[in-house]
Amino acid sequence: METVIKTKDLTKRFGDFVAVDKISFEVKKGEIFGFLGANGAGKTTAMRMLCGLSRPTSGEATVAGIDVYHNPEDIKKNIGYMSQKFSLYEDLTVLENIKFYAGIYGLSDNDIKEKSNELVEKLGLQEQANKLVQSLPLGWRQKLSFSVAIVHQPKVVFLDEPTGGVDPSMRKQFWDMIYDASEKGITIFVTTHYLDEAEYCDRICIMVDGRIEALDTPALLKKNFGVDNITEVFYQLARKAKRSGD
Amino acid sequence: MRTLKFLLQKEFRQIFRNKALLRMMFMTPIIQLIILPQAANFTIKNINLAVVDLDRSVYSQKLINKILSSGYFKMAAFTPSYKDAYELIEKDKADIVLEIPQGFEHNLTRESSQKLSLSVNAINGVKAAVGSGYLNKIIQDYNNDIRLEWMQPSTINQIPTIEVVSSNWYNPTLSYYLFMVPGILVLLVTLIGGNMTAQNIVREKEIGTIEQINVTPVKKYHFILGKLIPFWTLGVIVFTMGLVIARIVYGIIPLGSVALLYLFLSVYLLAILGFGLLISTYSETPMQANSLTFFFVQIFNMMGGLYTPIDSMPGWAKFITEIIPISYFIDVMRMIVIKGSHFHDVLMHILIVFLMGVILNTWAILNYRKTT
Repeated sequence: METVIKTKDLTKRFGDFVAVDKISFEVKKGEIFGFLGANGAGKTTAMRMLCGLSRPTSGEATVAGIDVYHNPEDIKKNIGYMSQKFSLYEDLTVLENIKFYAGIYGLSDNDIKEKSNELVEKLGLQEQANKLVQSLPLGWRQKLSFSVAIVHQPKVVFLDEPTGGVDPSMRKQFWDMIYDASEKGITIFVTTHYLDEAEYCDRICIMVDGRIEALDTPALLKKNFGVDNITEVFYQLARKAKRSGD
Repeated sequence: MRTLKFLLQKEFRQIFRNKALLRMMFMTPIIQLIILPQAANFTIKNINLAVVDLDRSVYSQKLINKILSSGYFKMAAFTPSYKDAYELIEKDKADIVLEIPQGFEHNLTRESSQKLSLSVNAINGVKAAVGSGYLNKIIQDYNNDIRLEWMQPSTINQIPTIEVVSSNWYNPTLSYYLFMVPGILVLLVTLIGGNMTAQNIVREKEIGTIEQINVTPVKKYHFILGKLIPFWTLGVIVFTMGLVIARIVYGIIPLGSVALLYLFLSVYLLAILGFGLLISTYSETPMQANSLTFFFVQIFNMMGGLYTPIDSMPGWAKFITEIIPISYFIDVMRMIVIKGSHFHDVLMHILIVFLMGVILNTWAILNYRKTT
């Protein structure tokens, strides 16, 4: 399988504080890669470096075969990103948001039209298509955000705690969308607080104090730690944390 | 180019959906241009005059009438003695006391000479100086009238006098509006243009949409052009409204070329929007952007030459006026609107402001980071 993300000793320091401490891992095409950790463990910082939003202090990283140091702007054509904050334009309608992002990713007029109709239909937002995004409930907004993040068929999509504050049934629907995207060959890099969601990932990586403490499939992790759920694995590792959460 | 199209479409949609912004944009110039020039008026009127007329003659009455009919003075009181009048000054009821001594008429007609006394409350120096100036001029006029009345034409010529006749060029009626309104319009365009741009971008930072843009392949200069063009357009609209108001309310019609005004405006907006952009790149929250803008607006307001002449500022202050773009526009506005200056008269101004625009925008683009 093709490797889509590769890091070696990737590090980010803010002054004396080492936010991300020499992390190394590889993610394969189409994989759902879960990034777990307590608040302040360095998940978001690691993700921001891979998206080209933050410059690494040291180490190596390539995303979609492109080096994060030399061509961060080239990476941006190949990735989608959904941040912790809701970041669609609330004063634009559902359709306007989709068309805007499709447009700035360089889709043709025909593709934009086709894509936006397809998305609205798939999300069941036909009635809300011409309503302002601010009128949508949170769960719908997150689903829309995700759809917009992959509107240009990126190689990788980075999701930073996409289901925070979303109700369980909506979370289930959200994960169905993730599976769907993964089947289409989009690699999913997702951070989460919800340990039950970790079970949905192909592989998970648990970060403690900026370092990777465990990285494997959920089944093997449970087996190695001799427990029957990921929550237990997480607690065993998180107990070692010296940093307090933020 | 295609990217820019989408950015512009989005920006204009957001602007026209933002009712609060639109209201501010259209109401501010209307209200401010109608109200501010009335208040920011240096013409001294309503000077309170207390008169101590110890002569009570036809001549003293004539003098008082002449003063009152000038329109600049208001009779605060007729007082029987100087002491009473002085009390009025102490109580701030009178600005100037005119004392006409006993025997005024007699001395004037028989001895051809008479002294008058003026006491001026000089707490407000401008009012005092201008007021006593007016009064002196009126008394001089009065004096001439009497000379004409009393002396034979042949004797007038025997006494040589120098009469100064000044003619006011460009603004013959010394209309304060003609001077202030174009300047205030410049200040408005500056505030609206600079502040709206800064606020807009900082707002995108705050709600996080700018980060979403930063992970897309949108180029920095696309993003910045996508912000500059809409606000440039708004600036032109606000300026046009201002010109219309100046014409309707104050009857001010630019003497020079309106096209030249717009040419300068175009270049000026480039500089001032670049300034707004620069502020936004240094601010994380709207609050910070506001504080920064407020700081500079004070300087623009007081040092742009809007209220006080730059020529009478000390050297260091003149230097500041030379590095802020607003002083050039205020100057150009007055040159074109009042004096009817031509292209070659304002060419240097255009070049300097253009250079400022290039510097400010380059600085802003360099300081705007997609990657931290």
